[in-house]
Amino acid sequence: MPAYFLKLALTASLFLIPLFYFSEPSKVWASTDMVEFSDPQLRDRYYQLVQELRCPKCQNQNLADSNAPISRDMKAQIYSMLEEKNTDDQIKQHLVSRYSEFVLYRPEVNTHTWFLWFAPLCLVIVGVFIVWRYAFGGRAQPDRKSNAAVLTKKQQQQLSQLLGEEDKL
Amino acid sequence: MKRIALFVPLVVFAILSLFLLKGLDRDPTELPSALVGEPFPTFTLPSLSDNQQLLTERDIDSKVVLVNVWATWCFACRIEHPMLNQLAAEGVNIIGLNYKDKNDQALQWLEQKGNPYLFNIVDAQGSLGFDLGVTGAPETYLVDASGTIRYRRVGVVDQRVWDDDIKDLYQQLIGEAD
Repeated sequence: MPAYFLKLALTASLFLIPLFYFSEPSKVWASTDMVEFSDPQLRDRYYQLVQELRCPKCQNQNLADSNAPISRDMKAQIYSMLEEKNTDDQIKQHLVSRYSEFVLYRPEVNTHTWFLWFAPLCLVIVGVFIVWRYAFGGRAQPDRKSNAAVLTKKQQQQLSQLLGEEDKL
Repeated sequence: MKRIALFVPLVVFAILSLFLLKGLDRDPTELPSALVGEPFPTFTLPSLSDNQQLLTERDIDSKVVLVNVWATWCFACRIEHPMLNQLAAEGVNIIGLNYKDKNDQALQWLEQKGNPYLFNIVDAQGSLGFDLGVTGAPETYLVDASGTIRYRRVGVVDQRVWDDDIKDLYQQLIGEAD
């Protein structure tokens, strides 16, 4: 029964889509630079930061991917700030105050960015609602077969008369 | 009701078209500037003409100035230089920020092409550039008499940019300072 599978798929996607929506960005990244930290934990935070921060000079590259001089400066800055025991937020704030929010690939939720954050979720909900109505909304209306019974005997006669006339034409 | 619903895709398409049409005119390389309205960053860096002399932000905030970020390795600076010479001749105060450059090459450049700068700050490591949010050269900042950054131009300042974007603001700031 196709309707059953459709319903199953829709229900499943209702639970799965938010999972993708809030999941971590891919850990795949490409960079040739080698950095040595005093503490391996700092290295993990460094990779996370260069992954999430955007090169201000390039079109759509993160710091990890970019070899632009400005990206190298920013990576060096992140490195020294990490060694100086700054928090991730302090480092991000340091860069945002100079290079604007543009450098954040994961922008903060504020009045400028709420649309960016929540519009996709709203669109998914609206989309699911529309599909749901198309797929199952039909049941509320009487189906075609029962229409015949709605006509009275007199109407039925009129109908066949009209149809008959049309045939003659 | 059904009839009206038929027009929904058309309306959605029209709205989408408007947004995309607007997007055509936007320059994707243009960044929002974090420092417009902020005080010029603090620094202590040597002067190009005299390496012993140290310059600080106090040397900038006494009058309305253009701070021009330049370097000899920067090709667009070559194109921009005659315009800076012309502005200097018209009496505009321009301070140079020699960005990640070599001193001897920078001095040679000024000798050959003319020197439009009141003085030059040597930023060999790019540290002041970093605090300014410089992403490359040339860049130009308009700083008012109280030391606040009022405008930022990423790229070449030519006659059109000067006439359209900077001139009026510069003269207004000069007026405020007097």
